[in-house]
Amino acid sequence: MAVISHLRRLEAESIHIMREVAAEFANPVMLYSIGKDSSVMLHLAMKAFYPSKPPFPFLHVDTTWKFREMISFRDATAKRLGLKLLVHVNEEGVARGINPFDSGSVLHTQVMKTEALKQALDKYGFDAAFGGARRDEEKSRAKERIFSFRTATHAWDPKNQRPELWHVYNTRINKGESIRVFPLSNWTELDVWQYILAENIPIVPLYLAQKRPVVSRDGTLILVDDERMKLRKGETAEERLVRFRTLGCYPLTGAIESSADTLEAIVTEMLTARTSERQGRLIDSDEKASMEKKKREGYF
Amino acid sequence: MDAALEAYLAAQEKKSLLRFLTCGSVDDGKSTLIGRLLYDSKLLFEDTLSALEKDSKQHGTTGGDIDFALLVDGLEAEREQGITIDVAYRFFATEKRKFIVADTPGHEQYTRNMATGASNSELAILLVDARKGMLTQTRRHAYIASLLGIRHVVLAVNKIDLVGFSQEVFDRISAEFSNFAAHLGFLSRFAIPISARFGDNVTSKSAKMPWYGGPPLLTFLESVDVESALADKPFRMPVQWVNRPNLDFRGFSGTIVGGRIKPGDTIAVAKSGRTSTVKRIVTMDGELSEASVGEAVTLTLTDEIDISRGDVLCAANARAEVSDQFAAHLLWMSEEELLPGRQYLLKLATSTVSAQVTALKHKVDVNSLEQLAAKTLRLNEIGYANFSLAQPLAFDPYAENRDMGGFILIDRFSNATVGAGMIDFGLRRATNVHWQALDIDKDARAALKHQKPAVLWFTGLSGSGKSTIANQVECALLAQGRHTYLLDGDNVRHGLNRDLGFTDADRVENIRRVAETAKLFVDAGLIVLVSFISPFRSERRMAREMVGEGEFIEVFVDTPLAVCMQRDPKGLYRKATAGEIKNFTGIDSPYEPPEEAELVLHTVGIEPSVQAAAILSYLKDRGYIA
Repeated sequence: MAVISHLRRLEAESIHIMREVAAEFANPVMLYSIGKDSSVMLHLAMKAFYPSKPPFPFLHVDTTWKFREMISFRDATAKRLGLKLLVHVNEEGVARGINPFDSGSVLHTQVMKTEALKQALDKYGFDAAFGGARRDEEKSRAKERIFSFRTATHAWDPKNQRPELWHVYNTRINKGESIRVFPLSNWTELDVWQYILAENIPIVPLYLAQKRPVVSRDGTLILVDDERMKLRKGETAEERLVRFRTLGCYPLTGAIESSADTLEAIVTEMLTARTSERQGRLIDSDEKASMEKKKREGYF
Repeated sequence: MDAALEAYLAAQEKKSLLRFLTCGSVDDGKSTLIGRLLYDSKLLFEDTLSALEKDSKQHGTTGGDIDFALLVDGLEAEREQGITIDVAYRFFATEKRKFIVADTPGHEQYTRNMATGASNSELAILLVDARKGMLTQTRRHAYIASLLGIRHVVLAVNKIDLVGFSQEVFDRISAEFSNFAAHLGFLSRFAIPISARFGDNVTSKSAKMPWYGGPPLLTFLESVDVESALADKPFRMPVQWVNRPNLDFRGFSGTIVGGRIKPGDTIAVAKSGRTSTVKRIVTMDGELSEASVGEAVTLTLTDEIDISRGDVLCAANARAEVSDQFAAHLLWMSEEELLPGRQYLLKLATSTVSAQVTALKHKVDVNSLEQLAAKTLRLNEIGYANFSLAQPLAFDPYAENRDMGGFILIDRFSNATVGAGMIDFGLRRATNVHWQALDIDKDARAALKHQKPAVLWFTGLSGSGKSTIANQVECALLAQGRHTYLLDGDNVRHGLNRDLGFTDADRVENIRRVAETAKLFVDAGLIVLVSFISPFRSERRMAREMVGEGEFIEVFVDTPLAVCMQRDPKGLYRKATAGEIKNFTGIDSPYEPPEEAELVLHTVGIEPSVQAAAILSYLKDRGYIA
C-alpha cells in the first residue's frame, strides 16, 4: 500500500479546504501578501481547481511600504497566471501621512494593514478570506481554527471558537459576518521551503542571499529600499550579503546575514537555524501577546 | 542538488506521521509534557527559549524554573490564569517520525475543544496526577477518545516525583485505568510513570525508577503502529465541487476518504444508484494511474450522469448506506441544551441537511459508563439518539470510516456548532415503511372547495389577542362559505398534547405535533388557523418548512408585554409573577419575535374586527380566496 508522502498529505488537506470554501461561500477572496506562504497558497489554489482557474479573486493589501521587488513580483505573477488581482491601499492613512518611521510600527500596522484589510473586506463584501498563516509561526496562531469565525466588526474571540471536528467545517454565517480560512495551518516553515523546492515555485528574489545596502539599526539589519529610508546620525548604509526569512514592510523587516543564494541552500540553512522566522518581524515584539491582540482586532 | 540534502529530503518524505493529543484533568501537566518533549528534542529556537525564560519569571508557576506550559498556552487569558482554554497544535519531528500534537484543555467547560483535538488524532496520551489518581475528567476524556475512534491510548502517570517515584502508586493507578478502559475498545493500552517537569521517562529512561522496564515515552511514540486500513476499505469520495472550466470538461473534485481508484473502475453514486466508469484522474501535475485515500483529485467519468456537491462516489460493488434515519452517539457542545424535535442543520462530509433527534435513547454517566434515561443533553454530555433527516444521506458507520460517519450539528440561528455525532448504524424504518401513493391529492381536494389551502400561523405573547383575532377571521371565512379549521393552543393541550408540559423540550414537541396536524389539514384542502404562543423561531421555521411554498402565513400579533400583563384575560400573568406558574413566556421563559412575518398586527387601540378584515383582504389579494 502506497502511503502518500508528507508533503502530498499536506497538499491534499489544503486543497480540500480551498474547495470547501469555493463550494460553500458566495464571495470568497484569497489574501495575497507576496511572501513565500502566499506563493505556496497560490500554487495550491492553482492545483485545487485545475483545469479551472481559482474561482475567486486575490487581494493584496498594500501598505505602500513593501519592498519594491515584492510589487514587481506581484504584478508579474498575476499576469503570468491570469489572476484577478485586487490591490487595496488605505488612502485615508496615506493622506494622514502614516508611515513606519514617524508613526511607529504599531500605528502603521494598525492603520495601513489591519484597518486597510477591514476596509477592503467591507468594500467588496467578502464572506470568506484565505490567509497563509501557519500554526507553527506563533503561539496564538497555534490556537486558531482552520475556519476561524469573525463577527461583523471582524473581531476574533479566541475564548469562544467553534469546535472543529474531523474535516467537517462549519461554514454557516449570518449577514455581515465572515470566516478567515487558513489552508496552511498544519504546515511548518520547513515544509513550506521543501514544497517550494519540490514544486519549483517562483518566489520573490529577496529570499535569496545577495549583496544589498543595509543599515544596522537597534540590532536589526534594515534594507535601504528607497529614498524614504532616512539615515540617522552615525548610520551608514553598507553592502552586505543578506537575505530575508519573511517579507513585510521593508522598514519593519530585518534581514539576516546569509550566503544562501539557492533554494537548496535555504533549506540547508533552515535545518540548522537557531532562531525562529518571526524574530525578524519588528511588529511582534511591540508588546506582550501582541499577535493575539492584533488578531482580535482583525489582523490576519 | 547536494547529495546529503537530497538524502535528507527523501528521508523526510518517507517518515510516517503520528497525530496524537494530550488529555486528562486540569493541572495534570499536559502542556508541560508537550513543552518538555519540544525542549528535550532540541526543537526550540533560541529566541523562543529566551522569551520562555522571560515569561516563566513573569507568569510561571514553577518558582523561577522554566515553565514549559507557557510554550503552548498561547492565549493571554491562558497565561494569566495558568490554564489551557483551547486546543493548541504543535509540530515536531525526530529521526524516525513526524508528530502533530494537539494539547487539549482539561477543564470540563472546554471539553468540546478536547473533542476537536481528538477528532483527528490516532493516539491519546491520558495524563493522571500521581497524587490524585483517576478523576471524573480523566474518565470523561478516556471515554470521548474512545468514542471518537482513537484506538491507542497511553496512560501517563505524571508528577511521579511528588510521590517519591513510587511503584505502588503507579501500579494502583494503572490497574484502576485498566479496569475502566477494558470496555472502551482500545487496541493498545500502554502505561508509563513520568515527571514532565523534570523529564523522567519522557525522552530518556529515568534512573530514578529502575522498577519500570518499558521504553521512555518518546521511544514508544516513535514506534507505536497506528496504521489504519482505510486504503483497503471500499472506495469513497464525497463530491466537493463540480469542475466545469468549459463545455468539454466535467470533472468531480473531492478528497478520497476510503479505498483507491483507477481509470476503468466502476463507481456508483450512492443516493441515485446510477453507475459509471472512471475515465481519468485529473491533476495539475498530469493524469494519475491510481489514487488512494487522503488524495485530493478530480475524476471524469465515461457517462453524463447527474452528480452534484454532496453526492458520494462509491465502489459500485460496496456502496455506502443511504437512509434518512440513523442511530448515533452524540456529544453536546452548546450551553443551550439539546431539544429533541428541534430542527438542526447536520453536516456530514460535503452534505448539509435539516435533521432532528427523534428519540434520545440514553445519556452516559462518564464515571460508571452507565446508561441513564434522559430527555435532553446539556453541555459536554454524551448520549445515544435516533436521528431523522429531511433528505436521505449517504454514510458509513463511524467505526468503519470517520469521514463518512462523523457529523456536526449546527444551530439554525446562531450558526454555532452545537453537537458532534458518530453514526452507529442506519435505521431501516425509512426503507420498510413506504409512502403509500394516493389518487386524490391536495389540489383536487382544494379545487372542490374553491380555495387555496394555507396555514395562518398566529404567534405572540399570552393575552396578545391571537385567539380573539383568529376566531373572528374564521367566522368571517365561514360566512363566505370557506372551509376552515382553528387549532388553538389551549384547546389542543386538552387532547392531542395533554401529555406535554412547559419545558423547552415539551414546547418544541407541542409545536411539532400542531405543525404536523396543520400540514394534514392543508393537505385536506382547508384554510387552517393556528393560534399558539409558539415562542421559538426554530419551531416556527420548522412549521413553515413542512408545508409548500406560499402555504404558510406567519401573523405576528405584536402586543407589548406590559399591555398583555395588564389585560391578563386568564389571570395567568398574576400567577406567573407570583411564582405559581413556572416557564411562563415573557416572564421566565423567552419569546423570540418573528423577523420576517408576512403580517404584523399591532393591537393597542385597534379593534380585533379591523385586524380580521385586514387578514381577509390579505387572503383575497393573494388569491387564497376568490
